[in-house]
Amino acid sequence: MSKPHLLVHEKKDTVGVVVVEGLKAGTDMLGVVTHDNSDFRLTAKMDIPIGHKVALRDIKKGDTLWKYGQDIGVAKADVKQGEHLHVHNAKTKRW
Amino acid sequence: MSIVANFDLVKGKLGRIKGRKIEAPEFKAPMVRRPTGRSLDAFHGWRRENGRVGVRNHVLLLPLDDLSNAACEAVANNIKGTLAIPHAYGRLQFGEDLDIHFRTLIGTGSNPNVAAVVVIGIEDGWTKRVVDGIAATGKPVVGFGIEGHGDIATIAKASYVAKEFVQWASELQREKCGIEELWVSTKCGESDTTTGLSSCPTVGNMYDKWIPRGIHGVFGETSEITGAEHLCKARAATPEVGERWYKMWKAYQDDVIEAHKTDDLSDSQPTKGNIAGGLTTIEEKALGNLEKIGRECTYIDILQPAETPTKGAGLYYMDTSSAAAECVTLMAAGGYVVHTFPTGQGNVIGNPIVPVIKITGNPKTMRTMPEHIDVDVSGILRRDLTIPQAGDALIQNIVRTANGRLTASEALGHREFSMTKLYRSA
Repeated sequence: MSKPHLLVHEKKDTVGVVVVEGLKAGTDMLGVVTHDNSDFRLTAKMDIPIGHKVALRDIKKGDTLWKYGQDIGVAKADVKQGEHLHVHNAKTKRW
Repeated sequence: MSIVANFDLVKGKLGRIKGRKIEAPEFKAPMVRRPTGRSLDAFHGWRRENGRVGVRNHVLLLPLDDLSNAACEAVANNIKGTLAIPHAYGRLQFGEDLDIHFRTLIGTGSNPNVAAVVVIGIEDGWTKRVVDGIAATGKPVVGFGIEGHGDIATIAKASYVAKEFVQWASELQREKCGIEELWVSTKCGESDTTTGLSSCPTVGNMYDKWIPRGIHGVFGETSEITGAEHLCKARAATPEVGERWYKMWKAYQDDVIEAHKTDDLSDSQPTKGNIAGGLTTIEEKALGNLEKIGRECTYIDILQPAETPTKGAGLYYMDTSSAAAECVTLMAAGGYVVHTFPTGQGNVIGNPIVPVIKITGNPKTMRTMPEHIDVDVSGILRRDLTIPQAGDALIQNIVRTANGRLTASEALGHREFSMTKLYRSA
């Protein structure tokens, strides 16, 4: 398999992790779901650093974020598919 | 110019400090001939008086308290091959905080990676308490109180004993031991999203393979289970153990987090480093953290900080802080002899008595600070290394480390010994 740009833990997840350095906006990313090794394509809408997350679909403000097939927090703003998702637009539900 | 003997100069390697290139030659070491007949089922370690097996052979100079650090360091300077482990506490502590202090010191001295111990304290009473605790293992241990004698006489007496100990210890031989005699702890640090994808599941795969073989394992980091507590509770061996675990976790939430929290734990959970690495929330961090216990292991008991397990082989949970040095210090005091440490952004921690094996899957960390990493699993992110293959690579590195190979943190001199303090001293 070619080297992926993006890894996703579970099918249910709404965010994935960029696993290459220097990812540029407009890149046609190869994504892989590690749970079943299935792959997909997604266009990056922003420059996203390695290790940071990208929205796999359009996410609305207030939506629960899913990673590892689990609830990892909530969107603080609308996030479009392919956009960078991090502390500027997402947070924990705990505190 | 490099003067090279018995090494092949491979290529110049580049680093950079404030825009300035650092050129360091990189060497390809000559092939090491390892004794034949060694497999991944066995290692060579030191069997101690109580039957436990260590993978290092330290003679420790153990201060009871902050005031005794100087004497211990002076003895370590006098007697080569000994190791002083200074720390910040030990005066006017009381209650549970004092219990942890003694458990940590006695546990550290009792760890099978330690051959013999010289304890130095400001006064005799508490010094004797630590000496008696360590003496229960059967290993040589002597204590000295400073009051009434002064530093100089104490250092002289302790130096004579330390010299005897280190010469005695230097003649002790390693013997062949089954892998089930290894006690392997884990805790990750400077985590990022790559740890949950690669280095933490690598440790989990090792536990899935080795816990059934009869090793002792341990994980902890109570604050970093927050967000995955439902999953962690479900990984207890029995519902009763799960309930006890949940009660411990909830007590931490109520007594520590709820009592002192700010908007986002003051950038401590996740940390600034975690956030730079892409982790957004504590839940996300916790789910990655929990990957360290694999898919099949269940934990059989809950340990107090620095408590030694007593229920036999298997995986344990220890109630620890998530701060790297504090956690590894507590696990070492519990008797664990090798530590596996997944990192994303590049935590550089070591421990004075336990080899700390660093595992990373982050290719940027491998590129920028490779001298700190023992096991590179960045192939997992490229999909050219599977988790089971990475687990096998870690197992191989643990056996080599147990047989004597120095870890990166040992070679770099990382000896972080951090006592856990629960509340203000009296």
